[in-house]
Amino acid sequence: MNMHLEWGFFLRDIGDGKTSYLDWMISAWGWTLAVAACAWVVALVMGSIIGTLRTLPSEGIARWLVKLGNAWVELFRNIPLLVQIFLWYHVIPSLYKPLQEVPSFALVVVGLGLFTSARVAEQVRAGIQSLPRGQRYAGMALGLTTTQTYRFVLLPMAFRIVIPPLTSEAMNIIKNSSVAFAVSISELTLFAMQAQEETSRGIEVYLAVTTLYIATALVVNRVMARIEKRIRIPGTVGAEK
Amino acid sequence: MGALDLSFLNWELVTNFLIKGFVFSIQLTLIAMVGGIIFGTVLAMMRLSGRKWLALPAATYVNTMRSIPLVMVILWFFLLIPFLVGKPIGAELSAIITFTVFEAAYYSEIMRAGIQSVSRGQVNAGYALGLTYGQSMRLIVLPQAFRNMLPVLFTQTIILFQDTSLVYAIGAYDMLKGFEVAGKNFNRPVEAYLLAAVVYFIICFSLSTVVKRLQAKIAIIR
Repeated sequence: MNMHLEWGFFLRDIGDGKTSYLDWMISAWGWTLAVAACAWVVALVMGSIIGTLRTLPSEGIARWLVKLGNAWVELFRNIPLLVQIFLWYHVIPSLYKPLQEVPSFALVVVGLGLFTSARVAEQVRAGIQSLPRGQRYAGMALGLTTTQTYRFVLLPMAFRIVIPPLTSEAMNIIKNSSVAFAVSISELTLFAMQAQEETSRGIEVYLAVTTLYIATALVVNRVMARIEKRIRIPGTVGAEK
Repeated sequence: MGALDLSFLNWELVTNFLIKGFVFSIQLTLIAMVGGIIFGTVLAMMRLSGRKWLALPAATYVNTMRSIPLVMVILWFFLLIPFLVGKPIGAELSAIITFTVFEAAYYSEIMRAGIQSVSRGQVNAGYALGLTYGQSMRLIVLPQAFRNMLPVLFTQTIILFQDTSLVYAIGAYDMLKGFEVAGKNFNRPVEAYLLAAVVYFIICFSLSTVVKRLQAKIAIIR
Protein backbone atom coordinates (compact mmCIF):
# COMPACT_ATOMS: atom_id res chain seq x y z
CA MET A 1 0.00 0.00 0.00
CA ASN A 2 1.57 3.21 -1.16
CA MET A 3 -0.04 6.35 0.25
CA HIS A 4 2.69 8.64 -1.02
CA LEU A 5 1.01 11.41 -2.99
CA GLU A 6 2.46 12.32 -6.33
CA TRP A 7 1.08 15.31 -8.19
CA GLY A 8 3.50 15.47 -11.12
CA PHE A 9 1.18 13.69 -13.52
CA PHE A 10 -1.08 16.75 -13.64
CA LEU A 11 1.47 18.43 -15.90
CA ARG A 12 1.83 15.36 -18.05
CA ASP A 13 0.37 15.26 -21.50
CA ILE A 14 -2.86 13.26 -21.93
CA GLY A 15 -1.60 11.88 -25.23
CA ASP A 16 -2.57 14.48 -27.81
CA GLY A 17 0.65 16.50 -27.50
CA LYS A 18 -0.85 19.73 -26.28
CA THR A 19 -3.27 19.13 -23.37
CA SER A 20 -2.09 18.33 -19.83
CA TYR A 21 -4.24 16.62 -17.20
CA LEU A 22 -4.48 19.99 -15.47
CA ASP A 23 -5.89 21.59 -18.63
CA TRP A 24 -8.35 18.74 -18.93
CA MET A 25 -9.48 19.12 -15.34
CA ILE A 26 -10.01 22.85 -15.72
CA SER A 27 -12.06 22.37 -18.85
CA ALA A 28 -14.05 19.67 -17.01
CA TRP A 29 -14.67 22.16 -14.22
CA GLY A 30 -15.94 24.57 -16.83
CA TRP A 31 -18.40 21.94 -18.07
CA THR A 32 -19.60 21.31 -14.52
CA LEU A 33 -20.19 25.04 -14.04
CA ALA A 34 -21.89 25.37 -17.43
CA VAL A 35 -24.25 22.43 -16.83
CA ALA A 36 -25.10 23.65 -13.32
CA ALA A 37 -25.56 27.30 -14.30
CA CYS A 38 -27.75 26.63 -17.36
CA ALA A 39 -29.83 24.05 -15.49
CA TRP A 40 -30.23 26.54 -12.63
CA VAL A 41 -31.77 29.05 -15.04
CA VAL A 42 -34.23 26.41 -16.29
CA ALA A 43 -35.00 25.39 -12.70
CA LEU A 44 -35.58 28.95 -11.49
CA VAL A 45 -37.85 29.91 -14.39
CA MET A 46 -39.95 26.72 -14.39
CA GLY A 47 -39.88 26.36 -10.61
CA SER A 48 -41.13 29.91 -10.07
CA ILE A 49 -43.96 29.50 -12.56
CA ILE A 50 -45.07 26.11 -11.26
CA GLY A 51 -44.67 27.12 -7.61
CA THR A 52 -46.78 30.24 -8.18
CA LEU A 53 -49.47 28.33 -10.07
CA ARG A 54 -49.85 25.96 -7.13
CA THR A 55 -50.86 28.79 -4.81
CA LEU A 56 -53.62 30.23 -7.02
CA PRO A 57 -57.06 30.47 -5.41
CA SER A 58 -58.64 27.23 -6.52
CA GLU A 59 -61.67 28.29 -8.51
CA GLY A 60 -62.55 28.09 -12.20
CA ILE A 61 -59.72 27.43 -14.61
CA ALA A 62 -57.14 28.09 -11.89
CA ARG A 63 -58.18 24.79 -10.30
CA TRP A 64 -56.68 22.98 -13.26
CA LEU A 65 -53.51 25.04 -13.08
CA VAL A 66 -53.10 24.04 -9.43
CA LYS A 67 -53.56 20.38 -10.41
CA LEU A 68 -51.07 20.74 -13.25
CA GLY A 69 -48.53 22.26 -10.86
CA ASN A 70 -49.01 19.43 -8.36
CA ALA A 71 -48.65 16.79 -11.08
CA TRP A 72 -45.47 18.46 -12.34
CA VAL A 73 -43.87 18.35 -8.90
CA GLU A 74 -44.89 14.72 -8.26
CA LEU A 75 -43.61 13.62 -11.66
CA PHE A 76 -40.17 15.17 -11.39
CA ARG A 77 -39.71 14.38 -7.71
CA ASN A 78 -40.49 10.69 -7.83
CA ILE A 79 -38.09 9.51 -10.53
CA PRO A 80 -34.37 9.29 -9.72
CA LEU A 81 -32.29 12.02 -11.38
CA LEU A 82 -30.09 9.50 -13.20
CA VAL A 83 -33.17 7.82 -14.69
CA GLN A 84 -34.54 11.21 -15.75
CA ILE A 85 -31.23 12.00 -17.46
CA PHE A 86 -31.46 8.66 -19.31
CA LEU A 87 -35.03 9.52 -20.34
CA TRP A 88 -33.88 12.82 -21.84
CA TYR A 89 -30.83 11.28 -23.46
CA HIS A 90 -32.02 7.87 -24.69
CA VAL A 91 -35.81 7.76 -24.65
CA ILE A 92 -37.23 11.14 -25.64
CA PRO A 93 -35.00 11.72 -28.73
CA SER A 94 -35.93 8.30 -30.09
CA LEU A 95 -39.65 9.06 -29.70
CA TYR A 96 -39.37 12.57 -31.08
CA LYS A 97 -36.78 12.51 -33.87
CA PRO A 98 -35.96 16.25 -34.21
CA LEU A 99 -34.40 16.08 -30.74
CA GLN A 100 -31.70 13.78 -32.08
CA GLU A 101 -30.00 16.85 -33.54
CA VAL A 102 -29.85 18.51 -30.14
CA PRO A 103 -26.43 18.23 -28.40
CA SER A 104 -26.39 16.06 -25.29
CA PHE A 105 -25.33 19.07 -23.23
CA ALA A 106 -28.72 20.70 -23.86
CA LEU A 107 -30.59 17.49 -23.00
CA VAL A 108 -28.74 17.17 -19.70
CA VAL A 109 -29.41 20.83 -18.90
CA VAL A 110 -33.13 20.34 -19.50
CA GLY A 111 -33.15 17.09 -17.50
CA LEU A 112 -31.29 18.50 -14.50
CA GLY A 113 -33.18 21.78 -14.77
CA LEU A 114 -36.64 20.23 -14.71
CA PHE A 115 -35.66 17.83 -11.92
CA THR A 116 -34.56 20.82 -9.84
CA SER A 117 -37.58 22.90 -10.90
CA ALA A 118 -39.82 20.59 -8.87
CA ARG A 119 -37.78 21.37 -5.77
CA VAL A 120 -37.69 25.09 -6.51
CA ALA A 121 -41.47 25.00 -7.05
CA GLU A 122 -41.92 23.48 -3.60
CA GLN A 123 -39.85 26.27 -2.02
CA VAL A 124 -41.64 29.03 -3.94
CA ARG A 125 -45.04 27.61 -2.99
CA ALA A 126 -44.01 27.39 0.66
CA GLY A 127 -42.68 30.97 0.49
CA ILE A 128 -45.94 32.35 -0.90
CA GLN A 129 -48.03 30.37 1.55
CA SER A 130 -45.93 31.58 4.47
CA LEU A 131 -47.16 35.14 3.86
CA PRO A 132 -50.00 36.26 6.12
CA ARG A 133 -53.37 35.85 4.41
CA GLY A 134 -53.97 39.55 5.02
CA GLN A 135 -51.46 40.42 2.29
CA ARG A 136 -53.59 38.77 -0.37
CA TYR A 137 -56.77 40.32 1.05
CA ALA A 138 -55.13 43.75 1.18
CA GLY A 139 -54.37 43.43 -2.52
CA MET A 140 -57.95 42.44 -3.25
CA ALA A 141 -59.30 45.26 -1.06
CA LEU A 142 -57.28 47.74 -3.10
CA GLY A 143 -59.02 46.45 -6.20
CA LEU A 144 -55.99 44.65 -7.67
CA THR A 145 -56.58 41.72 -9.98
CA THR A 146 -55.11 38.34 -9.06
CA THR A 147 -52.20 38.95 -11.44
CA GLN A 148 -51.55 42.36 -9.94
CA THR A 149 -51.76 41.00 -6.40
CA TYR A 150 -49.07 38.47 -7.25
CA ARG A 151 -46.94 40.94 -9.20
CA PHE A 152 -46.95 43.80 -6.68
CA VAL A 153 -47.75 42.23 -3.30
CA LEU A 154 -47.06 38.52 -2.94
CA LEU A 155 -44.12 37.68 -5.19
CA PRO A 156 -41.79 40.53 -4.14
CA MET A 157 -42.13 39.29 -0.55
CA ALA A 158 -42.10 35.58 -1.30
CA PHE A 159 -38.95 35.62 -3.42
CA ARG A 160 -36.98 37.29 -0.69
CA ILE A 161 -38.21 34.84 1.94
CA VAL A 162 -37.33 31.91 -0.26
CA ILE A 163 -33.66 32.77 -0.85
CA PRO A 164 -32.12 30.67 1.96
CA PRO A 165 -33.75 27.42 0.77
CA LEU A 166 -32.87 28.36 -2.82
CA THR A 167 -29.24 28.71 -1.74
CA SER A 168 -29.17 25.08 -0.72
CA GLU A 169 -30.87 24.10 -3.98
CA ALA A 170 -28.21 26.05 -5.92
CA MET A 171 -25.53 24.11 -4.04
CA ASN A 172 -27.41 20.87 -4.72
CA ILE A 173 -27.54 21.52 -8.44
CA ILE A 174 -23.73 21.69 -8.58
CA LYS A 175 -23.51 18.37 -6.78
CA ASN A 176 -26.24 16.88 -8.94
CA SER A 177 -24.55 18.01 -12.17
CA SER A 178 -22.10 15.15 -11.48
CA VAL A 179 -24.76 12.78 -12.82
CA ALA A 180 -24.00 14.11 -16.32
CA PHE A 181 -21.03 11.72 -16.39
CA ALA A 182 -23.50 8.97 -17.26
CA VAL A 183 -24.23 10.50 -20.66
CA SER A 184 -20.59 11.32 -21.44
CA ILE A 185 -20.58 15.03 -20.68
CA SER A 186 -16.91 15.74 -20.03
CA GLU A 187 -17.47 17.25 -16.58
CA LEU A 188 -15.52 16.82 -13.34
CA THR A 189 -16.84 13.41 -12.32
CA LEU A 190 -16.21 11.89 -15.74
CA PHE A 191 -12.74 13.46 -15.67
CA ALA A 192 -12.17 11.88 -12.26
CA MET A 193 -13.19 8.44 -13.50
CA GLN A 194 -11.16 8.59 -16.71
CA ALA A 195 -8.05 10.24 -15.27
CA GLN A 196 -8.07 7.74 -12.40
CA GLU A 197 -8.04 4.88 -14.85
CA GLU A 198 -5.38 6.36 -17.13
CA THR A 199 -2.93 7.57 -14.47
CA SER A 200 -3.63 5.12 -11.62
CA ARG A 201 -3.26 8.13 -9.31
CA GLY A 202 -6.85 7.91 -8.13
CA ILE A 203 -6.35 9.50 -4.74
CA GLU A 204 -4.71 12.62 -6.15
CA VAL A 205 -7.29 12.94 -8.92
CA TYR A 206 -10.22 12.49 -6.52
CA LEU A 207 -8.70 14.92 -4.00
CA ALA A 208 -8.34 17.59 -6.67
CA VAL A 209 -11.86 17.07 -8.03
CA THR A 210 -13.43 16.96 -4.56
CA THR A 211 -11.65 20.19 -3.65
CA LEU A 212 -13.02 21.88 -6.77
CA TYR A 213 -16.57 20.74 -5.93
CA ILE A 214 -16.29 22.04 -2.36
CA ALA A 215 -14.74 25.33 -3.51
CA THR A 216 -17.52 25.86 -6.04
CA ALA A 217 -20.20 25.15 -3.44
CA LEU A 218 -18.56 27.66 -1.08
CA VAL A 219 -18.49 30.36 -3.74
CA VAL A 220 -22.17 29.79 -4.55
CA ASN A 221 -22.96 29.96 -0.85
CA ARG A 222 -21.15 33.31 -0.47
CA VAL A 223 -22.78 34.80 -3.58
CA MET A 224 -26.24 33.79 -2.42
CA ALA A 225 -25.53 35.17 1.07
CA ARG A 226 -24.60 38.48 -0.56
CA ILE A 227 -27.83 38.55 -2.55
CA GLU A 228 -29.81 37.62 0.53
CA LYS A 229 -28.29 40.46 2.52
CA ARG A 230 -28.92 43.05 -0.18
CA ILE A 231 -32.58 42.32 -0.71
CA ARG A 232 -33.58 41.54 2.85
CA ILE A 233 -37.07 42.76 3.76
CA PRO A 234 -36.78 45.83 6.01
CA GLY A 235 -38.30 45.28 9.42
CA THR A 236 -37.72 41.52 9.59
CA VAL A 237 -35.48 39.82 12.15
CA GLY A 238 -32.46 39.54 9.85
CA ALA A 239 -32.57 43.07 8.42
CA GLU A 240 -30.08 45.74 9.36
CA LYS A 241 -31.30 48.70 11.34
CA MET B 1 -37.63 3.11 -34.06
CA GLY B 2 -40.28 5.66 -33.22
CA ALA B 3 -43.06 3.52 -31.81
CA LEU B 4 -42.65 1.65 -28.59
CA ASP B 5 -42.58 -2.12 -28.65
CA LEU B 6 -43.17 -3.79 -25.33
CA SER B 7 -43.54 -7.31 -26.70
CA PHE B 8 -40.20 -8.34 -25.20
CA LEU B 9 -41.73 -8.16 -21.76
CA ASN B 10 -42.35 -11.56 -20.26
CA TRP B 11 -41.99 -13.38 -16.98
CA GLU B 12 -38.61 -14.81 -17.88
CA LEU B 13 -37.20 -11.34 -18.38
CA VAL B 14 -38.43 -10.35 -14.95
CA THR B 15 -36.90 -13.37 -13.22
CA ASN B 16 -33.67 -13.31 -15.22
CA PHE B 17 -32.80 -9.64 -15.10
CA LEU B 18 -35.05 -7.54 -12.93
CA ILE B 19 -35.58 -9.42 -9.65
CA LYS B 20 -31.88 -9.51 -8.82
CA GLY B 21 -31.47 -5.77 -9.28
CA PHE B 22 -34.72 -4.94 -7.50
CA VAL B 23 -33.73 -7.06 -4.49
CA PHE B 24 -30.34 -5.38 -4.31
CA SER B 25 -31.85 -1.87 -4.48
CA ILE B 26 -34.25 -2.69 -1.64
CA GLN B 27 -31.51 -4.37 0.37
CA LEU B 28 -29.19 -1.40 -0.09
CA THR B 29 -31.95 1.03 0.90
CA LEU B 30 -32.93 -0.87 4.05
CA ILE B 31 -29.39 -1.52 5.29
CA ALA B 32 -28.33 2.08 4.63
CA MET B 33 -31.50 3.35 6.34
CA VAL B 34 -31.04 1.33 9.52
CA GLY B 35 -27.27 1.84 9.64
CA GLY B 36 -27.59 5.50 8.70
CA ILE B 37 -30.19 6.21 11.39
CA ILE B 38 -28.10 4.49 14.09
CA PHE B 39 -24.85 6.14 13.05
CA GLY B 40 -26.71 9.42 12.41
CA THR B 41 -28.22 9.44 15.91
CA VAL B 42 -24.74 9.04 17.38
CA LEU B 43 -23.52 11.96 15.26
CA ALA B 44 -26.49 14.13 16.27
CA MET B 45 -25.93 13.38 19.95
CA MET B 46 -22.25 14.24 19.57
CA ARG B 47 -23.17 17.58 18.02
CA LEU B 48 -25.72 18.39 20.72
CA SER B 49 -23.52 17.21 23.59
CA GLY B 50 -22.10 20.68 24.20
CA ARG B 51 -18.59 19.21 24.36
CA LYS B 52 -16.37 20.67 21.69
CA TRP B 53 -14.13 17.65 21.22
CA LEU B 54 -17.24 15.60 20.36
CA ALA B 55 -19.19 18.24 18.47
CA LEU B 56 -16.40 19.42 16.18
CA PRO B 57 -15.45 16.09 14.57
CA ALA B 58 -19.13 15.22 14.11
CA ALA B 59 -19.89 18.59 12.52
CA THR B 60 -16.87 18.32 10.23
CA TYR B 61 -17.88 14.85 9.14
CA VAL B 62 -21.48 15.84 8.43
CA ASN B 63 -20.57 19.03 6.56
CA THR B 64 -17.92 17.32 4.46
CA MET B 65 -20.25 14.51 3.42
CA ARG B 66 -22.97 16.98 2.58
CA SER B 67 -20.78 19.12 0.35
CA ILE B 68 -19.47 16.35 -1.92
CA PRO B 69 -21.58 14.86 -4.74
CA LEU B 70 -22.77 11.36 -3.86
CA VAL B 71 -21.24 9.98 -7.06
CA MET B 72 -17.82 11.20 -5.93
CA VAL B 73 -18.34 9.64 -2.49
CA ILE B 74 -19.23 6.34 -4.16
CA LEU B 75 -16.06 6.55 -6.27
CA TRP B 76 -13.91 7.48 -3.25
CA PHE B 77 -15.04 4.48 -1.21
CA PHE B 78 -14.71 2.15 -4.17
CA LEU B 79 -11.11 3.32 -4.49
CA LEU B 80 -10.21 3.51 -0.81
CA ILE B 81 -11.81 0.41 0.76
CA PRO B 82 -9.64 -2.07 -1.17
CA PHE B 83 -6.63 0.05 -0.16
CA LEU B 84 -7.58 -0.20 3.50
CA VAL B 85 -8.62 -3.85 3.69
CA GLY B 86 -5.90 -4.97 1.31
CA LYS B 87 -8.11 -6.89 -1.11
CA PRO B 88 -10.75 -5.92 -3.67
CA ILE B 89 -14.34 -6.02 -2.44
CA GLY B 90 -17.29 -6.18 -4.81
CA ALA B 91 -19.13 -3.11 -6.07
CA GLU B 92 -22.24 -4.23 -4.16
CA LEU B 93 -20.56 -4.42 -0.75
CA SER B 94 -18.73 -1.18 -1.43
CA ALA B 95 -22.07 0.49 -2.23
CA ILE B 96 -23.63 -0.77 1.01
CA ILE B 97 -20.78 0.64 3.10
CA THR B 98 -20.79 3.94 1.19
CA PHE B 99 -24.51 4.54 1.48
CA THR B 100 -24.56 3.70 5.19
CA VAL B 101 -21.89 6.22 6.14
CA PHE B 102 -23.04 8.82 3.59
CA GLU B 103 -26.70 8.73 4.61
CA ALA B 104 -25.70 8.94 8.29
CA ALA B 105 -24.71 12.56 7.65
CA TYR B 106 -28.19 13.36 6.31
CA TYR B 107 -30.08 11.37 8.95
CA SER B 108 -28.06 13.05 11.70
CA GLU B 109 -29.22 16.48 10.51
CA ILE B 110 -32.82 15.28 10.67
CA MET B 111 -32.32 13.90 14.18
CA ARG B 112 -30.67 17.11 15.32
CA ALA B 113 -33.44 19.30 13.92
CA GLY B 114 -36.03 16.96 15.47
CA ILE B 115 -34.51 17.18 18.92
CA GLN B 116 -34.11 20.94 18.63
CA SER B 117 -37.71 21.35 17.48
CA VAL B 118 -38.94 20.48 20.96
CA SER B 119 -39.32 23.73 22.85
CA ARG B 120 -37.12 24.60 25.80
CA GLY B 121 -40.19 24.99 28.00
CA GLN B 122 -40.85 21.27 27.70
CA VAL B 123 -37.44 20.43 29.16
CA ASN B 124 -37.87 23.04 31.87
CA ALA B 125 -41.30 21.66 32.71
CA GLY B 126 -39.68 18.27 33.14
CA TYR B 127 -37.10 19.70 35.51
CA ALA B 128 -39.82 21.54 37.41
CA LEU B 129 -41.55 18.20 37.96
CA GLY B 130 -38.31 16.90 39.43
CA LEU B 131 -37.27 14.68 36.49
CA THR B 132 -33.59 14.10 35.85
CA TYR B 133 -31.95 15.03 32.51
CA GLY B 134 -32.16 11.41 31.34
CA GLN B 135 -35.82 11.11 32.33
CA SER B 136 -36.91 14.34 30.68
CA MET B 137 -34.99 13.33 27.51
CA ARG B 138 -36.57 9.89 27.43
CA LEU B 139 -40.08 10.73 28.63
CA ILE B 140 -40.61 14.21 27.22
CA VAL B 141 -38.19 15.31 24.51
CA LEU B 142 -37.48 12.18 22.48
CA PRO B 143 -41.10 11.00 22.03
CA GLN B 144 -42.04 14.42 20.64
CA ALA B 145 -38.85 14.72 18.63
CA PHE B 146 -39.37 11.32 17.08
CA ARG B 147 -42.94 12.13 16.24
CA ASN B 148 -41.87 15.39 14.63
CA MET B 149 -39.21 13.83 12.49
CA LEU B 150 -40.80 10.54 11.49
CA PRO B 151 -42.20 11.88 8.19
CA VAL B 152 -38.87 13.52 7.33
CA LEU B 153 -37.00 10.29 8.09
CA PHE B 154 -39.27 8.45 5.67
CA THR B 155 -38.93 11.15 3.03
CA GLN B 156 -35.15 10.91 3.33
CA THR B 157 -35.47 7.16 2.86
CA ILE B 158 -37.39 7.69 -0.39
CA ILE B 159 -34.60 10.00 -1.56
CA LEU B 160 -32.12 7.33 -0.49
CA PHE B 161 -33.98 4.76 -2.57
CA GLN B 162 -33.79 7.04 -5.61
CA ASP B 163 -30.10 7.71 -4.98
CA THR B 164 -29.27 4.01 -4.98
CA SER B 165 -29.49 4.25 -8.78
CA LEU B 166 -26.16 6.11 -8.66
CA VAL B 167 -24.28 2.87 -7.96
CA TYR B 168 -24.31 2.86 -11.77
CA ALA B 169 -20.99 4.71 -11.42
CA ILE B 170 -19.23 1.60 -10.08
CA GLY B 171 -21.26 -0.91 -12.06
CA ALA B 172 -23.13 -2.51 -9.17
CA TYR B 173 -26.17 -4.53 -10.28
CA ASP B 174 -29.15 -2.58 -8.96
CA MET B 175 -32.68 -2.11 -10.28
CA LEU B 176 -31.68 0.39 -12.97
CA LYS B 177 -28.82 -1.84 -14.09
CA GLY B 178 -31.27 -4.75 -14.33
CA PHE B 179 -33.45 -2.78 -16.73
CA GLU B 180 -30.44 -1.62 -18.68
CA VAL B 181 -29.05 -5.14 -19.13
CA ALA B 182 -32.49 -6.43 -20.12
CA GLY B 183 -32.81 -3.61 -22.65
CA LYS B 184 -29.42 -4.40 -24.16
CA ASN B 185 -30.13 -8.13 -24.37
CA PHE B 186 -33.42 -7.66 -26.18
CA ASN B 187 -32.16 -4.69 -28.17
CA ARG B 188 -34.94 -2.56 -26.69
CA PRO B 189 -33.02 0.03 -24.59
CA VAL B 190 -35.59 2.80 -25.04
CA GLU B 191 -38.46 0.72 -23.69
CA ALA B 192 -36.29 -0.61 -20.87
CA TYR B 193 -35.34 2.87 -19.64
CA LEU B 194 -38.93 4.01 -19.90
CA LEU B 195 -40.13 1.01 -17.88
CA ALA B 196 -37.44 1.69 -15.27
CA ALA B 197 -38.76 5.24 -14.90
CA VAL B 198 -42.34 3.97 -14.56
CA VAL B 199 -41.39 1.42 -11.90
CA TYR B 200 -39.34 3.96 -9.91
CA PHE B 201 -42.20 6.44 -10.15
CA ILE B 202 -44.82 3.96 -8.95
CA ILE B 203 -42.69 2.91 -5.97
CA CYS B 204 -41.67 6.43 -4.93
CA PHE B 205 -45.05 8.01 -5.54
CA SER B 206 -46.91 5.40 -3.48
CA LEU B 207 -44.39 5.67 -0.67
CA SER B 208 -44.59 9.46 -0.61
CA THR B 209 -48.40 9.29 -0.57
CA VAL B 210 -48.16 7.04 2.48
CA VAL B 211 -45.76 9.49 4.13
CA LYS B 212 -48.18 12.36 3.48
CA ARG B 213 -51.01 10.44 5.15
CA LEU B 214 -48.74 9.60 8.06
CA GLN B 215 -47.75 13.23 8.40
CA ALA B 216 -51.36 14.35 8.65
CA LYS B 217 -52.10 11.61 11.18
CA ILE B 218 -49.27 12.09 13.62
CA ALA B 219 -48.78 15.85 13.47
CA ILE B 220 -48.79 17.31 16.96
CA ILE B 221 -51.64 19.75 17.31
CA ARG B 222 -50.45 22.97 18.87
